[in-house]
Amino acid sequence: MSVLEVRGLTIALPPGGDRREAAANVSFTVDRGEIVCLVGESGSGKSVIAQAIMGLLPATLPVTAGEILLEGEDVARAGAPRLRQLRASRMSMIFQEPMTALNPVMTCGDQIDEVLREHTQLTAAERRGKILDIVREVALPEPERIVASYPHQLSGGQRQRIMIAMALVLEPALLIADEPTTALDVTTQAQILKLIQDLQKRHGTGVLFITHDFGVVADVAHRVAVLRLGKLVELGGKDEVLKRPRHDYTRMLIGAVPTLQPHGRSAEGATEPVLRTVDLCKTYHDRGWFGRRREVNAVQDVSIEIRRGQTLGIVGESGSGKSTVARCIIRLIDPTSGEVRLHGVDIARMSAAELRPLRRRVQIVFQDPYRSLNPRRTVLEAVIEGPLNYGVPRHQAIERARELMELVRMDPGSMSRYPHQFSGGQRQRICIARALAQEPELLIADEAVSALDVSVQAQVLELLEDIRTRLNLAMLFITHDLRVAAQICDHVAVMSQGRIVEYGPAAEVFATPRHEYTRALFEAAPGRDFAFGAA
Amino acid sequence: MNLQTLSVESANVALQANAWARVRRNWSVRIGGAALALLVIIAVAAPWLGTVDPTLFDAASRDLVPGQAGEITTLDGEIIKHKFLFGSDSFGRDIYSRVMYGTRVSLAVGLLAAMLSLAFGIVSGLSAGYLRWIDGVLMRIMDGLMAIPAILIAIALVAMWRGSLTTVIIAIAIPEIPRVTRLVRSLVLSIREEPYVEAAVALGTPTWKIMFGHILPNTVAPLVVQGTYICAAAILVEAILSFLGVGLPPDIPTWGNIMAEGRPQFNQYPHNIFIPGVFLAITVLAVNILGDGLRDTLDPKMAKRV
Repeated sequence: MSVLEVRGLTIALPPGGDRREAAANVSFTVDRGEIVCLVGESGSGKSVIAQAIMGLLPATLPVTAGEILLEGEDVARAGAPRLRQLRASRMSMIFQEPMTALNPVMTCGDQIDEVLREHTQLTAAERRGKILDIVREVALPEPERIVASYPHQLSGGQRQRIMIAMALVLEPALLIADEPTTALDVTTQAQILKLIQDLQKRHGTGVLFITHDFGVVADVAHRVAVLRLGKLVELGGKDEVLKRPRHDYTRMLIGAVPTLQPHGRSAEGATEPVLRTVDLCKTYHDRGWFGRRREVNAVQDVSIEIRRGQTLGIVGESGSGKSTVARCIIRLIDPTSGEVRLHGVDIARMSAAELRPLRRRVQIVFQDPYRSLNPRRTVLEAVIEGPLNYGVPRHQAIERARELMELVRMDPGSMSRYPHQFSGGQRQRICIARALAQEPELLIADEAVSALDVSVQAQVLELLEDIRTRLNLAMLFITHDLRVAAQICDHVAVMSQGRIVEYGPAAEVFATPRHEYTRALFEAAPGRDFAFGAA
Repeated sequence: MNLQTLSVESANVALQANAWARVRRNWSVRIGGAALALLVIIAVAAPWLGTVDPTLFDAASRDLVPGQAGEITTLDGEIIKHKFLFGSDSFGRDIYSRVMYGTRVSLAVGLLAAMLSLAFGIVSGLSAGYLRWIDGVLMRIMDGLMAIPAILIAIALVAMWRGSLTTVIIAIAIPEIPRVTRLVRSLVLSIREEPYVEAAVALGTPTWKIMFGHILPNTVAPLVVQGTYICAAAILVEAILSFLGVGLPPDIPTWGNIMAEGRPQFNQYPHNIFIPGVFLAITVLAVNILGDGLRDTLDPKMAKRV
């Protein structure tokens, strides 16, 4: 018997949405000891299905048809007391963001203990033994210390391990993992994925793994279910779906997954560097009235060089200092020492007034398309803001904005609309148009495609590439995603703990990584050895 | 496969898309707004609502009970018949007329004090939040101001300047400024970290344009809500000042003055205090209900629950 059998599940959306159902007639099963990946882009309904199984749906999203059989029992119609019994004991769930899923004012041990107290009759000593066992099983060092720690004292990966320990302590038959590694760094992600696989194998748990990342799917899945706008478009074995996708949508998604093979463009050019940093440093001081001063070296001795028509990628995990470098270059923050030479002129220590005429030569596109545009200004106002600041007459700026909208493949007629009327990908195009309106020589893309769905990501990457060649721009591309870096960069700088550990032409770095850290990064890239069968 | 339509379909609709429609649908806004509209009509139309000049008095018509007929002397010395709907006070003034005219003072004080404290609070809050060098000094001044009870500051200021409508409004507005400043400052501190503000910096937008063009418009919703609460508080404080005899001069008809005048005879003629008290309560309640409704519909954190 399957651990989980979902039959014809239909979940209604409140009226007035862009579609009638969050999930429409979705059927699939999860067997004992099997990992089924539920894949889809944002808004495909994958998280709603997970919540329906756990009985966590808000009243505005009712299950209107179908059944959810957990070990033969229909949980879609179970009452609240029965659901409470089933949660944690027969089915449990781990979430994307372990920091918010854990209670910040309870120690990790107490939080696991709470599960045991609710569901078992064990004595305090027995519970304590069980807690230490499970903490040891999720491979956390020093279990006694971890159990006594509060969530903020642990790293992201450790917190996710605690979540997994909490979910598995009662050996449930079904584990639902909702994007459990999306918020984690790639090396941590690799460890957590391995842990989930190990535990699942050892305990024979059925896992419903929700993700948008095909690399992760390739690493963990036994079977794959592809969702699009609430409908299941394809269901089958991993190799079948990933290598021989039948449905157009699956084929498109898989085709959009960037490869880890660097593009073959020649990286050399004899042009003058547009930007060069020399021993750039940024140190943060933790200044208190009393006590010791603490220093954090966010960026240390970073020297990079970008030439016209070339793309330099800075690759690194969170906290490696890559965004700090970008912010120093564009002078959103002031570097502590070192030089930022724009066409040979050092701007690192210029005053705001001296800097103003030079500002337009470097522009930036940020990660989060939902926060990068002022919600109270129209797209037109956003795009012409820069030129107006530099005295371009309004009608000329509008004329230019129309051209730019076409360049980024958007309808110039939509410029009078507000940002919330556009999707994430469209907003990112608008941000690119806004940056280009200043006719910059250097465009910084700070994780500019990281928040986008894979199909949209592919389009925006293609657009950036097209713009770089067409306008002969220098581009600084900051990313944590090696696949994206491989697609777009001519040179790559790998950063770790504020320092550049490896720097060279992309083809060389990807083919023969010399530094240990770079190698570890490549090792950890999900789905690294998997040959996707894009049509 | 058309990729463009895909991304459009997956677009999620932002919260403020139909903020105004939501505001109008909200029952708290409707009820509070309707009650306030009625009070505004009373204030504007006071001379035509069967009232007499609220300062007129007649010794012959002292301490009448509601509904009793009597007479009143006009400024020209003419004696006219008048029905005292809400009775009269110990000078023989018509309480109905005084309550109707008193609406003007209360609404004017509420509205103007709210606008005044918002205006100053916005400027100081924006400065403290965005210009870090001014923050420490400005906020310590505000902390100092907040350490003194609001009613004490108001009493002291009115005592210094003599009571007039302007001084009362200023005296009520000043203690509210630190609260607005704190609110605006905290909003600015989070908004200034938004990427669209950083993008504006990178686009070379001058600081004052960023403050007033990018940051200020995004603080409007919470400020409107705060404004209604200040308005309600100001109406109450004005009544308190008048009641204590430190607000507007006693001949000017305000609800607080009417109640103060009626206090010595409260046992025999409770309507002298009761009727203006009811009007005061209804006004404050209406403003607060309106504020609650606006908060539910405008504040994005609350809106998520809708």
